[in-house]
Amino acid sequence: MSAAIVVEGLERAFGEVLAVQGVDLQVEEGEIYGFLGPNGAGKTTTVRMLTTLLLPTGGRAGVAGHDVVREARDVRASIGVALQEAALDPLMTGRELIRLQATLQGIPGAEGRRRADDLLERVDLAAAADRRVGAYSGGMQRRLDLAAALVHEPQVLFLDEPTTGLDPVSRRTIWEEVRALNEEGTTVFLTTQYLEEADQLADNVAIIDSGRIVAEGTPGSLKAEIGHPHIRLQLEEGSIAQAEEICKRIGLLLPPVDGRTVLVEVEHGAADIPRVVRALDDAGIGVGSLELVHPTLDDVFVAKTGYHLEQDGEESGEQEAVKA
Amino acid sequence: MSRLATNLRVVGTLGMRSVRQTFRRPQLMAPIVVFPTLLLAIQTGGAGSAVDLPGFPPVQSFLQFMLAGAMMQSVMLAGNSGGIALAVDIEMGFTDRLFAAPISRFTIVLGRLAGTAALGLFAALWFLAIGLIFGAEIEGGVLGALIAVALATAAAVSIGGVGSSIALRTGRASIVQGLFPLVFVVLFLSTAFFPEDLMVEPARTIAKYNPLSLVVEGIREPIITGVNAADVLWAALTIAGIMAVSLLLSARALRHRLATGG
Repeated sequence: MSAAIVVEGLERAFGEVLAVQGVDLQVEEGEIYGFLGPNGAGKTTTVRMLTTLLLPTGGRAGVAGHDVVREARDVRASIGVALQEAALDPLMTGRELIRLQATLQGIPGAEGRRRADDLLERVDLAAAADRRVGAYSGGMQRRLDLAAALVHEPQVLFLDEPTTGLDPVSRRTIWEEVRALNEEGTTVFLTTQYLEEADQLADNVAIIDSGRIVAEGTPGSLKAEIGHPHIRLQLEEGSIAQAEEICKRIGLLLPPVDGRTVLVEVEHGAADIPRVVRALDDAGIGVGSLELVHPTLDDVFVAKTGYHLEQDGEESGEQEAVKA
Repeated sequence: MSRLATNLRVVGTLGMRSVRQTFRRPQLMAPIVVFPTLLLAIQTGGAGSAVDLPGFPPVQSFLQFMLAGAMMQSVMLAGNSGGIALAVDIEMGFTDRLFAAPISRFTIVLGRLAGTAALGLFAALWFLAIGLIFGAEIEGGVLGALIAVALATAAAVSIGGVGSSIALRTGRASIVQGLFPLVFVVLFLSTAFFPEDLMVEPARTIAKYNPLSLVVEGIREPIITGVNAADVLWAALTIAGIMAVSLLLSARALRHRLATGG
């Protein structure tokens, strides 16, 4: 397997501000690489450099075997790009947009028309193909943007926050499409501020904060790095102090969240549950509910940056970094 | 397909998009056709006897005299509208889609100008048709009409280049739109609507040295007098000069935008 994207010490300064500070990363062919971080972390600036839309001020980057500065045109011929806030002309129809994209990629007319029809079918927009984009919903616009990025069958697909602002159903539709594309062999570089999105889709994840990569690895390895799962016990009856005393003997007691809940980190995950339940039962302590909680990418994010990537609600799709 | 052929095809496609965009957005179409037509109607209806003033050039009718001014106004506004549309593309990120494609990035400017040329041609033919319908004669005949239309079309491209350079430099539609009043100032300080001999100072001197007067006269002479090689040549040279400067400025603004990312 060879690298689809290689980045070494990549930097971008805007005046005195260093938006990207010495980013190193490698994306293998055929993988989905999640680039996770809050607003303003440097995700979009990095993507703009990798897609030749912005010149780096330091370091180097190669995409599909071509240098992004010296061989920018070759890079552009090898990549598909769907940028944040689908940049679509509301006065064009979906079909016109994809045909334009085909022309931009140098695809001959008849072939471009055929691919446009196929792609519109693929993203379930055939029925709306001759409607103006301005009349499309947010989800339809993102699907159209994705289809346009695929018209020349790119080796590497850059998706900059492809589901920001979408409702959960539209988000899942995009996820399914990304997975399908990846299964067909397309390397996907995906920036997101959604933890679940990175967790669900990415083979490897890099967490970027203040222009620097603070963690990189598979979602599983990153989560494993920061600790074991914990059991969350909601007590129904009995002394919480006694329950904590019992749990201490089985695992690591975590700080309590309220007067009836005990959190205990266990080494063997689900295998430790019977021991905990039996010990509490023997002591006459009733358990109302029990949950095995695995570390999340948010826990990783907190461990690496000191603050949460917190969702502001599904409807708006907005997220923001909140200092702990 | 060769790189040149691909780039030419992109210019054509972007030009077509530009024309479609203008026809689909009334606020872009109105300045090109509606305003100049209304102004032409008001001026010819209200000031038609101006032709009897001493110093007014010999013309068949006031409408015949005004056609060149109306064409010039229309093509200038077409050029400015092209600049606004390009700035809107930048604002909404559509140019990023174009910049991310393996084409010469200057084709984005040329594509916009191809659309402006088509709109300039449309405007010139529109006013020529209005003139003929309402009785104006084209003294230079078919050749004169072709020259007037060709000069007006080329003028649209040169003014469009100015609009594009400002759009690329600023990236803001509101700034390009702010040039609308300037278009009228420059037009009224030329011979577009008044013969130079009837102007008072300092407007007369300004109009004399205003390059637009050369362009207007180049369009007007084939309509009111006949084809005069010197007038046509001066107009063509002036248009070429504006076009060269505006394309150079557009290229520099584009390079700056690509280097700085905005």
